[in-house]
Amino acid sequence: MIQANGLTKQLGGRTVVSDVTFRCEPGTVTGFLGPNGAGKTTTMRMLVGLSEPDSGEARILGARYRDLPNPGRRVGILLDASAQHTGRRGREALVVSAHTMGVPAQRVDELLELVGLDETAARRRVGKYSLGMRQRLGLAHALLGDPEVLILDEPANGLDPEGMRWMRGLLRGFADRGGTVLLSSHLLAEVEAVADRMIIIAGGRVQAQGTRAELLTESTTIVEADDLAGLDAALRRAGLATHPADGDRRLVEAEPEAVARAAMVDGVVLLRLAPAEGAGLERLFFELTA
Amino acid sequence: MSTTALATPIRVNTAGVHARPGLGRLVAVELRKMVDTRAGFWIQVAMVALTVVVVVVRLLVGDAADHTFRPVVDAGLQPAAILLPVLGILLVTSEWTQRTALITFTLVPVRSRVLGAKLIASLLSAVTMLAISVAIVAAGVLVSSPGVEGAWSDAAPLIGQSAVYLTAGMVIGVAWGAILRASAPAIVLLFALPTASMALVSLPVFAGVGPWVDNAHALGQMTAEVMSATQWAHAATSLTLWMVLPLLIGAWRVTRGEVTA
Repeated sequence: MIQANGLTKQLGGRTVVSDVTFRCEPGTVTGFLGPNGAGKTTTMRMLVGLSEPDSGEARILGARYRDLPNPGRRVGILLDASAQHTGRRGREALVVSAHTMGVPAQRVDELLELVGLDETAARRRVGKYSLGMRQRLGLAHALLGDPEVLILDEPANGLDPEGMRWMRGLLRGFADRGGTVLLSSHLLAEVEAVADRMIIIAGGRVQAQGTRAELLTESTTIVEADDLAGLDAALRRAGLATHPADGDRRLVEAEPEAVARAAMVDGVVLLRLAPAEGAGLERLFFELTA
Repeated sequence: MSTTALATPIRVNTAGVHARPGLGRLVAVELRKMVDTRAGFWIQVAMVALTVVVVVVRLLVGDAADHTFRPVVDAGLQPAAILLPVLGILLVTSEWTQRTALITFTLVPVRSRVLGAKLIASLLSAVTMLAISVAIVAAGVLVSSPGVEGAWSDAAPLIGQSAVYLTAGMVIGVAWGAILRASAPAIVLLFALPTASMALVSLPVFAGVGPWVDNAHALGQMTAEVMSATQWAHAATSLTLWMVLPLLIGAWRVTRGEVTA
C-alpha cells in the first residue's frame, strides 16, 4: 500500500508539488498521469525518501520508506532507466543490487529472461543499451527483490508497442497477485489500458482521481452516417456539441440515445453509434492538464 | 527482442526480506563496484603495472648499494599514492555522475551507512595495494641487492608509515569526492590544492606555520624516512585540516538534503 498525505515540495523557490494526497491499494494498478513537469517525478522521489517533503508525509506498507529495514525486498523502484553506470555490464548492474539486498544471484538470471534480455545483451555494457533495453533492465531491477509494491516513473518510455503490451501484462499479473502498482506517464494511452485507478496531476496539484468510471461522469458518443452534412445539421439543431473525428466520424458530447433521436428527427441514417469513453477520457485529460 | 510469457515470480528467501543489509555486505558491494567498471578496473591494473615499472627503473639506475628497501619503497609507492585517491574519488562521484545514487540510496536509505561502507572498502583497497606494492619492492630488492648490508633496515617502520600514507590519501579522495560529487573537479582539486597550499605557506607571513599545515610535505616524508615525534605532530595537524575536515564536510553534504542525481 502507498499513502501520500498532503505532500508539498518547493524547489528553487517554486512550488513543484502542492498538497498531493492519494492512496494506492494492494491488488490495483494506479496510473499517475500528467504532462511533463507536472510534479510526478518529484512526488515519487518523496515517496521513496530521495527528497524530503516540506510538509505532508508519505507511507509505504504502513511505514516511512526510510524506516523499511530492507526496502529493496518490499518496494521495487524504477525512477529513471538511464540512471545506471554506463561502464557496468547489464547483468552486473543487477548483481550489485541483488547483493545489496541479499537476493541470490540466480534470481538475476531469471529476471533477465523474464524481461527478454538475452545472454549477449546481459554481457554488454549498459552504455551500449538502447532506451528500450534500459527500461527492460530497469524493470528487472525493480522486480529483483520480489517486492509487494512497484513504483515506476515513465516505464513505457522507449518501449515499442510490443514491449508496452508485454509490460501491461506483467503489471496486471503483479497486481492480480496482490501487488500494489503506481506508474506514471505523460501519455494517457500508455496507462488507461492497465490502470484500475488514475490520478491526474498538473501544476503540482492533483486535478482528479478515481476509477475510469468515476472520472467519466460525462459521456460522449462516436457516430457515423452516410449523409454527414445532414448529420451535422441535425446535431446542430438538437444543440449537441460536435467535434470531427477520424474517418468521417463525429464525436458528440451526449449519450448515444440523444444522438439517435436527433438523427431520427431529420431522417439521417446512422451507420455506427457507439459510446466513446476513451475519447472522453482523453478530452478530460487535456482539459484538466491544459 | 524476445518477450517471455509472464511466469509467476518465484518467492525466494523470504527470511531475508526484513533483515537490514549488514555493513559487511555493503562493504563487499562497494569493493565490487571498484572493479566491475572499466574505469575502476583499469586504474587498479595501472597501479600495479606502474609500480612494477617504477621499481624496475629505480633498480636499474645507481649502484647496488643504493638498492636498499628504503629508497626503493619511497619510489615504488608513488603510483599507488597518486592513483588510490582517484579511485576513492570515483567510488563516490560515480554515484552522481553515473546517477546510480538513485538506486544505491533507495536500496539503503540511511545514506551514512553507504558512505561508511565506501570508506571501509577504500581502506581495505588501500591496504591491499600497500601489500602488493611492498611485495613488488621487496621482490626487487631481493633480486637486485641480495648481499647488501642494511638492505632491509627500517623496513618495518617504513611499511607502517606507508600504510598511513596510502590510507590517508585514499580517505582524502573519498572526502573530496563526497564534497564535490563530480569527478573532474575533485581530481583537479586533489592535485592542485597541495601545490597551492605549498605555495601559500611558503610566504613569509606563514613562516613557522608551514610544516603544521602542509599536507604534501607531511605525507611525503612518510615513505622517505622514519619520522620523529615532531614530524608525526605535523602530519596529525595537516591531516586534520586536509583529511578529517573535508571528510566531515563531505559526509554532511551526502547525508543531508535531496539526492540530486
